[in-house]
Amino acid sequence: MSVFRLSLREITHRKLSFMLGLLSIMIAVGVLVGAVTMLNGHDLRTEQVIAQKEAETREEMARMEDDYRRIMKDMGYNVLILHENQDIDELEQLGYPTHYMPEDYAQRLADEKISTLNHLLPLLQERVNWPERGSEVLLTGVRGQVPIFHGMKHERPPIMDPVDPGEIKLGYDLARSMEVGEDDTVTMRGTELLVREVYNRRGTQDDLTAWVSLAQAQEWMGRPEQINGILALECICDPGDLGAIQQTVRAILPDTQTYEFASLIQARGLARQRAAEAHETAIEQEMLYRASLREERRAFASILVPVAAIGAAAWVMFLMMGNVRERRSEIGILRAIGVRAGMIQRAFLLKAVLMGLLGGIIGLMAGVFIGAWLSEIAPGIQGFGALVEARVMVAALAGAPVLAALASWLPASLAARQDPAIVLQEE
Amino acid sequence: MVRVDDVSKTYRTGVESVTALDSVTLQIETGGFVAVQGPSGCGKTTLLLTVGGLLKPDNGSVTIDGESLYEMPIERRTKFRAGSIGFVFQQFHLVPYLNVRDNVLAPTMALPLDDARERAEELLEEFNLLDRLKHTPAELSTGERQRVALARAMLHEPRVILADEPTGNLDERNAEIVLGALAEFAGAGGTVMLVTHDNAAAAWAERILRIDRGRLVEGGETAARHNAKAAG
Repeated sequence: MSVFRLSLREITHRKLSFMLGLLSIMIAVGVLVGAVTMLNGHDLRTEQVIAQKEAETREEMARMEDDYRRIMKDMGYNVLILHENQDIDELEQLGYPTHYMPEDYAQRLADEKISTLNHLLPLLQERVNWPERGSEVLLTGVRGQVPIFHGMKHERPPIMDPVDPGEIKLGYDLARSMEVGEDDTVTMRGTELLVREVYNRRGTQDDLTAWVSLAQAQEWMGRPEQINGILALECICDPGDLGAIQQTVRAILPDTQTYEFASLIQARGLARQRAAEAHETAIEQEMLYRASLREERRAFASILVPVAAIGAAAWVMFLMMGNVRERRSEIGILRAIGVRAGMIQRAFLLKAVLMGLLGGIIGLMAGVFIGAWLSEIAPGIQGFGALVEARVMVAALAGAPVLAALASWLPASLAARQDPAIVLQEE
Repeated sequence: MVRVDDVSKTYRTGVESVTALDSVTLQIETGGFVAVQGPSGCGKTTLLLTVGGLLKPDNGSVTIDGESLYEMPIERRTKFRAGSIGFVFQQFHLVPYLNVRDNVLAPTMALPLDDARERAEELLEEFNLLDRLKHTPAELSTGERQRVALARAMLHEPRVILADEPTGNLDERNAEIVLGALAEFAGAGGTVMLVTHDNAAAAWAERILRIDRGRLVEGGETAARHNAKAAG
């Protein structure tokens, strides 16, 4: 017969008392592990929530950017780069610029990888006489867009394709007045040109414009290697660049000015920026809310954990005291037949250690699941393993038996000190 | 041999004091079977516990086979008790959650014993309890419980058995079994001190000691002893 066997038999005999003690240890350990798990889970959940919100923001921003680009592109070019001496009133009255710039200006902007502009289209535009029609026409020479590499995976297709030599593109009203369509031929200044395209009605002066190759226009206008404007599309590749077109262009081409004619797009750009700011604010508020919630939970746990531990210790001590009273007769006879006081004490402490060990294991498992549940972390998800720290597991599994043993120390000592002569005389 | 020399014991509770033993001197030869009788509260149980090494007297000495119990260190006295003294009480004092065999083996917690299980089973067979090995005390009759307590007391083949009212709760048949076992133990060379109110039980002893208010007032041979002498 050993102390261990005696303790096991006693535990199985007085199951309720043991279970009540085990329950209290389980609650104490569960509260501790649950609190740590909950806080870890809270941090994990916060990371998930913020990551989700950031992903939503990125998605929203990408969607808005696509919308923005599409709207911008649908509306055509919205920036015109002019010579710095160009009078804007004159431009609006005449409908075309009257000051000229070198043709390579567009290439210089492209070479500098200007971030605020896209779809650079150098052009030479004048109102010229069309002798074969006996009237003037707004003639625009274009050679096609100058590509700018912005580092995007796929560069955007051009808004306007180049006009090849020997071809012409006509505005809607002009073609209609001439009663010509695509693939017809027209003669301009003695040159026969193939009508490559007739544009749909735009409701602007483009409807009365004819487009030819830049070289052809330069020849007819006597402006070799010159242009009088560069059309471009404002690019919000970087939201911080909005409104900074003037400065960025002038930094490359000091003798130019920038004329923006799409304020609606600017408003949309601003709206997009505001939306981005609103998302960022929402994320910050979410983080603040979760930080505040974490603090509340931490404060609550910092009270609950010691209360549960002290409560469990007191309860175990109370139960053990009862157990000592209940076992007086047994202790008396065991002492009488020669069992040493130390063995009696060990029997009680062993019971407490077993109680603590089992309570610790069950409490650990319960705490993990309750903590995970409270922090809305589902088992099996990525990061679930990080909820339980090894040091907490060790503290729970080692601390629970120690707590139970400490709480039982006094009752065990009282049991060991019982005088068998007194106990046996009481019977 | 058990010797009690001039032993006194007084219980003090606050200002009151009760003399349980007053200069008691007695001797029980090895193989002796002595009954101790007297009115309630006269000091019978105090004498038994003192002889058992459980209650240190205020004065005097107790020696068993020449070893003075209260001159030994506590640890040694405890070990001595485990190996040399067996106790049997009216209330049996069995461990309620241990089965019959484990109750009999309980003394091995204090003093390991080779072949303890075999010895326990021999005793249980002797007391006709072999079919009750796995039963707990709650599943036994009172007579069976006392026989288990007796088997426990005899496990280590002690030199002395101290029995305090062992038949107080038993019917006549079971009382006879228990007293017969004690007499047999004494007959085999053991020493028995039996505390009892029951004259029939005391008659099993060779000698009856009477105590009154802590003093040994009489000690004479019983009929059993007389008959035994006459027969021998």
